[in-house]
Amino acid sequence: MKAYNVINTRLPRVDAMAKATGDARYAADLAMPNMLYGALLQSPLAHAKILNIDTTAAKKLPGVRDVVTAKEAGLVKYGVSPARYDEQVFCSDKVRYVGDEIAAVVAVDLETAMEAVSLIKVDYEELPVLLDIESATTEGAIAIHDDFPGNVGAEVHQEFGNFEEALKECDIVRTDRFVNKRQDGGFLEPQACLAHYDLSGNLTLWSSTQSVHYVQRSVSMVLGIPIGKVRVIKPYVGGGFGPKAAVNTMEIAASLMSRRTGKPVKMVFSREQVFLHSRARHQFFHELTTGVKKDGTIVALKNTCHLDGGAYSSFGIATIYYAGSLLGAPYKLPNMKYDGYRIYTNKPTCGAQRGHGGVAARAAWEQQLDIIAAELKMDPVEFRLKNIMKTGDVTCNDFNMSSLGMKECLEAVRDGSGWSKKKGKLPKGKGIGAACGFFVSGAGYPIYRSETFHSTATIRLTEDGGAVNLYTAAAEIGQGSDTILGQIAAEALGVTLDDVKVHSGDTDFGVDLGAYSSRQTLMSGHAAKAAAEDAKRQVLEALSEVLNVSPADLDIAKGVIVFKKGKPDFSRLRTAYAKEHRGWKDIPSEGELTFKEAARIAFLTRGVIIGNGAYKPGELGGKYKGAAVGTSPAYGCSAQVVEVTVDMETGKVTVDAMTDAHDCGFAINRTNVEGQMQGSLSMGLGEALFEEVRFDGKGRVVNASLGEYRIATALDMPNVRTIIVESDEPNGPFGAKEVGEGAIMPTIPAILNAVYDAVGVRINELPITSERLYAAMREKQKK
Amino acid sequence: MKKLMTLTVNDRAYEVAVAPNRTLTQLLRDDLNLLGTKEGCGVGDCGACTVIMDGKPVNSCLVLAVQADGSHIKTIEGVATSDGLHPVQQTFVEMGAIQCGFCTPGMVLSATSLLEKNPHPTEHEVRQALSGNLCRCTGYQKIVEAVQEASRRMKK
Repeated sequence: MKAYNVINTRLPRVDAMAKATGDARYAADLAMPNMLYGALLQSPLAHAKILNIDTTAAKKLPGVRDVVTAKEAGLVKYGVSPARYDEQVFCSDKVRYVGDEIAAVVAVDLETAMEAVSLIKVDYEELPVLLDIESATTEGAIAIHDDFPGNVGAEVHQEFGNFEEALKECDIVRTDRFVNKRQDGGFLEPQACLAHYDLSGNLTLWSSTQSVHYVQRSVSMVLGIPIGKVRVIKPYVGGGFGPKAAVNTMEIAASLMSRRTGKPVKMVFSREQVFLHSRARHQFFHELTTGVKKDGTIVALKNTCHLDGGAYSSFGIATIYYAGSLLGAPYKLPNMKYDGYRIYTNKPTCGAQRGHGGVAARAAWEQQLDIIAAELKMDPVEFRLKNIMKTGDVTCNDFNMSSLGMKECLEAVRDGSGWSKKKGKLPKGKGIGAACGFFVSGAGYPIYRSETFHSTATIRLTEDGGAVNLYTAAAEIGQGSDTILGQIAAEALGVTLDDVKVHSGDTDFGVDLGAYSSRQTLMSGHAAKAAAEDAKRQVLEALSEVLNVSPADLDIAKGVIVFKKGKPDFSRLRTAYAKEHRGWKDIPSEGELTFKEAARIAFLTRGVIIGNGAYKPGELGGKYKGAAVGTSPAYGCSAQVVEVTVDMETGKVTVDAMTDAHDCGFAINRTNVEGQMQGSLSMGLGEALFEEVRFDGKGRVVNASLGEYRIATALDMPNVRTIIVESDEPNGPFGAKEVGEGAIMPTIPAILNAVYDAVGVRINELPITSERLYAAMREKQKK
Repeated sequence: MKKLMTLTVNDRAYEVAVAPNRTLTQLLRDDLNLLGTKEGCGVGDCGACTVIMDGKPVNSCLVLAVQADGSHIKTIEGVATSDGLHPVQQTFVEMGAIQCGFCTPGMVLSATSLLEKNPHPTEHEVRQALSGNLCRCTGYQKIVEAVQEASRRMKK
């Protein structure tokens, strides 16, 4: 393998110092002179007609500067996919969930704004509340959206191969049902924004978002501001995991009120509002039928899925496709049939969350495969290995596994966990389970149909050559993209990470679709690499002219010029540099010609050196309807082995050990790769064992707090082992691909399979609470 | 009606007038502009607003500003000294214990407070001490490792 200087290392994150010292600024930390504070009026009812909105009293309250409703905001429909624009900034005809936004107030301080919100009088006519799929799809149920009678917001029907025919050659056919629970993103930073519409008609919006690009487009479209006058900036973001990928009402409302008042407007979600905004993981109801030959060959899968979507579509139009397509690998599967239905209900809207659309399906199937392995009397790991895909395989739904270290991952966790010594040999109450999974390395297509580049990057060298500025609109949300892109640019240019200043998350810096579908390393990485190579080429060409050395005989590494065919005399160049920078402290004096001196020559002969890079995937995937969702330039994959202890008296599950292996292609930053794996494990563990957003009979979230909605704490997590498996991904920059989301895939089923190994019961409904497991154990005893 | 109060924050004395319904988080962030203290929930669930009050870590969102009258507070801004980062901050930086960074200030303060009381904690004791500080990014693995490494370095 080629030797690298900056990538494949454990360099600290570029933002670590700012974050360790409290210097890092997040949206809620921002302030401007004369800033006003906004607050939202959200519906207390899950489904009701709006008869009248009276804002008189609110407007009269001293300190209130503006009150806006649909009358002021307009009725422009927006959403994530143009195929399902079903949201409005403020409700005009009716409200569709508890939390639906009706109005906003802006005032001199937050207390006044909130008091004014309480003074807005809304007359409602209550409508039947549809809180689950059954009631929403009952014959004659009221339509939550007029355009969708029957409340099926989206449906997908796909078949690859021939499922029914294939079943005829199967010796074992099993059908199982599985259901997860609605999850919350659980990021620590509630969404916040600051909008400033200036006197020249330019809007600057700072927001806690995963995609400045989509927010820019949405705000521009909804408010009718030319897109060139809308700049969206992402300060540091305190986690996103999916729910921050789409525009939110607050961002549009703050922009609108800033335009109307001429003052900066700041708005911040409370933790309860985070739960109401949601846009997190759906509840999926899967029914899977799998057919297998007696030699253990997997032949066919039928997957029927109903998604409880909540009130609007958001990313759900993609989720419904992923819930089917992401079972196409990592096992050879020639026949796959999928029927998906996303149902509107009167609850907060679901969207994308880590492992978008595929996590529940993966949990369901990996548990079923374990059951089948037992019926075959095969070791579950051997059964998986028998069917495993390898590099170069193409799935029945046309996903090209251009690199796939799935076998290596599974073998790594088998050997790393001591599987063969433990499986079937642990005492009662202790169990071990394994599972696999894979995920896209960036969505192959943008959310709106377009030929756009998915990522652009620009490198600007400072005129003294002392710094490399990388400009990208990519979104550092905690996953480490600033560091990764900085490392990629530094490696490609031949300098150190310290030489690179990463400027990111700003629509003024270019186009980047943002941090979702695990796309930043591969896609933004390609753009950063191309931009750095472009800058390098210009520097070397300039140097070549001055030194009369062919550019082909020059290179840059570790910040110095590499002369492949002997060092020429560059003393004239050095003297000139020293003269220009008389009195400076860092004038090069060593035996090597530095990048700094070369970059200076390039500036003197060419002007400011700008390197440009842009990336979009080539032609990908199949031609069938929905082929766009799930096709990706590359796929990451992972395997996990989990060990648990079940308290036989109470049904409480304790996770004792987790061994995880992930194929991330070539690892750009090994510490970051492990960090993504470890974070995935904790989110998966939480979903498996305790996370569930619960509602009362009127559609109100009853546990909208981080106390009652429990995410994993340091005490819930075992000391985990993470193994990086590297492959060389031909479609990735330096061979890199995703790790951010794929690593969550095997966690839940590995826990489920370990619980079965411990106590002999299968749990088909998450979370695996003590009550649920205890009841299942009792049920089994009765039999 | 605002109340006049005094407190010491990061070894600096302040005299401020605060309304009785203001929390210590709000006092630190809005009045003293110490924005390193984060608010993640406002009700004491997440620990992002952790500060050290008279030697003990507290959720500053659960402390009324006036309750801090006369007290000594340390926020994340007061952890590093002119000699550089605190060993906990240093190991957090070096060992990848930071991702989004929103929990980091509270996490660092809980960790430094633990090491002051218990310089050589076991892994379980570290997890126990940090269990009131939620983190959604890291799975806590590298945070626990960083605290243990800081403990080793402080021994020397």
